[in-house]
Amino acid sequence: MTLAFSQSARQRFDEIVARYPNRQAALLPVLHLAQQEFDHISPEVMQFVAEQLGVPPVKVQHVATFYTMYNKKPVGRFHVQVCTNIACHLTGGPEIFAHLKKKLGVANKGTTADDLFTLEEVECLAACGYSPAIQITDKKDRETPIFFRENLDSLPKVDALIDELRAKAKGGA
Amino acid sequence: MKTDVKILTAHLDDPAWHTLAGYERHGGYNALRKALKMTPDEIKAEVKAANLRGRGGAGFPAGIKWGFLPKETTKPIYLVINADEGEPGTFKDRLIMERNPHSLIEGCLIACWALRANTTYIYIRGELFSSIQRIERAIAEARAKGYIGKNVLGTGWTCEIHAHPGAGAYICGEETALIESLEGKAGQPRNKPPFPAIQGLFDCPTIVNNVETIAYVPWIIENGGQTFASFGTERNGGLKIYGLSGHVKRPGLWELPMGTTFSYLVNELGGGMRGAKPMKGLIPGGSSCPPLLPNELDTPMDFDAVKKVGTMLGTGCATVFEEGVCTVRLGARIAKFYEHESCGQCTPCREGTGWLHRNIEKLERGERLEGGIQLLDSICGRILGNTICALGDAAAMPIQGFLKKFGDEWQRHIDLGRCPL
Repeated sequence: MTLAFSQSARQRFDEIVARYPNRQAALLPVLHLAQQEFDHISPEVMQFVAEQLGVPPVKVQHVATFYTMYNKKPVGRFHVQVCTNIACHLTGGPEIFAHLKKKLGVANKGTTADDLFTLEEVECLAACGYSPAIQITDKKDRETPIFFRENLDSLPKVDALIDELRAKAKGGA
Repeated sequence: MKTDVKILTAHLDDPAWHTLAGYERHGGYNALRKALKMTPDEIKAEVKAANLRGRGGAGFPAGIKWGFLPKETTKPIYLVINADEGEPGTFKDRLIMERNPHSLIEGCLIACWALRANTTYIYIRGELFSSIQRIERAIAEARAKGYIGKNVLGTGWTCEIHAHPGAGAYICGEETALIESLEGKAGQPRNKPPFPAIQGLFDCPTIVNNVETIAYVPWIIENGGQTFASFGTERNGGLKIYGLSGHVKRPGLWELPMGTTFSYLVNELGGGMRGAKPMKGLIPGGSSCPPLLPNELDTPMDFDAVKKVGTMLGTGCATVFEEGVCTVRLGARIAKFYEHESCGQCTPCREGTGWLHRNIEKLERGERLEGGIQLLDSICGRILGNTICALGDAAAMPIQGFLKKFGDEWQRHIDLGRCPL
C-alpha cells in the first residue's frame, strides 16, 4: 500500500517544514503528524517519512525508536497513562496502576481485546500538585486529545472514569 | 526583602489571562514596546542587574550566559526555550505555559532583541498537550497582532517564534540533547566545549533558557532589574515559582521571594502534613536532589543556601514524605527512572544506572547484597563526574543523599533480610 498524507496533513506538513533551515529538523513534529494520520509508526511509515524529508530511513528509525511517544504498534482508542514517579509514588500511583492492570486485564503497555484501552506506566507528567495523576489521550478526539482527571485519590473514582470512557465509546461518541 | 508582589501569577484570577486580549488588559506587551526603544546592551544590563538565575535547576545567571555569545558573527543567533519540564516532582513551567503563555512569548521577543536573534524555538515536552496547544495559540495571536513576524510593531525588525514538540525523553531537558533533538536526532548530549553560545543549534550561536527565566524578562524591563533583584537574596534575585507535592495538606504552586524558607512553604502555605504522621523528609527540587530532614527546613530556598546544606534548589518544586514511607522503595523508584532515561551514550551511566536500580530493588526485597550498602555508594561514585552530561550525576546524587540521611534504614534492610516498614 502506498501511503499518502490527507490534504489537511499535507498543509500541516508544509507549515512544519517551513519553520526550519533544513528538513531533518522537522522530523520529530512530522513523526507526530504521521502518527496521527497513520495510527502508529510502522516500518512503512518510517520509510514514508524518510522519503518526505529526504532523510535516510535508518535515521528515522533511530529517532522513532529513541523517543517513547512514537507507538511502533497499534494502541487502543484511549491511551491511559498512569504516573508512578515520586509525588504519585507517595500518593497512590502504583496502587492505581496495579488496580487498572487487573481491571483491564492487561500488562504494562498492553491493549484490551476490544482495542479500547492501552495501559501504560509513565514518568512524571508535571502534575505533581494534583497527584496521583493520570493522562488519557483519545484518538477520536484530536482537538482536545487530553483530559486530565486530577485528584484521582481513590480507586472508585478510577473505576468510574474507565466506565465513563466505555460508555462514551459504546454511545458512538 | 518581604514582598507581596506577584509577577507570573499576578492575574491567575482572570480566566482569560492566557489570551492576548486578557494579557493586554493587564499591561501585556508594554515591556516589548519599551524594549524596542532600548539598545541590546541596555536590556542585557537590566537582566544582569536583576540577578536572574536560571530557573531550570542549575541556577546559572541569565545575564552572564547571554554574555557568552560571540561579539561578532556572520551566523544567525538562536534563542531556544527549554520547556521540556520533566524533572520528577516539577510542575511549574506548565502553569506558565497554560495560564500565562504570553509572558513567555513577550520574554522571547525581548530576549531576541537583546541577543540580536531573529528566531526562537520553544521546545515543549511532548506529553504536555495542553501546554503545546496554549503556546501555539498564543504564538498565532501574537503574530496576527504584529508582535511576531517580519515587521515587529512597525520597526522593520523580524522575529519568528515556533513551538517544537518533544516526543518522550527526559534527557532532552539537558541543553545539548535538546539541541540535538531540535535538529531531528536522538537526544544524546554533546561534549562541551564548544558550548551552545558558540556552537549550538544548526552549529550557530545559541542561548538556551528555561521558560520561567524568560517569562520574568518583561517585568524586569518594565520595572527595572534592581527592583526585581531587591525581592530576593544577595545573589538570587527576584521571585520564583515554588511547588509543593506529596504528603502535605495543600499541595500547589506559589510565587515567592527567592530565599523564602522551606518551612514557610510547607507549614504556612502547604498547611503542614496531611495526616497525623510527622514528616520524614523532603526532596527539595526534583528527584535528582538529595533529600533534607525535617530539622533542615529553615534553609532559605535560594541556589546558594540550599547548596550549603549539601543538596540543590533544583527546580524549586519540593516533594514531602511522611513517616512510614520506605526510603529504599522511594530510592528504587528514583533509580528506576534514571535507568529508563539514560540515553545510553556513556558506559558509566548506561550500565551504572541499571546496576544501581537492580541492587536497590534487591535491598528492598531483602535479598543478600554482596558488598552491603557500601556497594551502592561505590556504584554512585563510579558514575559521578564520569559522563558527558549531568544525568549520571542526577542518578547518583539522590541515592548518596538517601544513604547519608537514611543509611540506618537501608542497613536494617540487610540486617533483617526484609523491608522493616
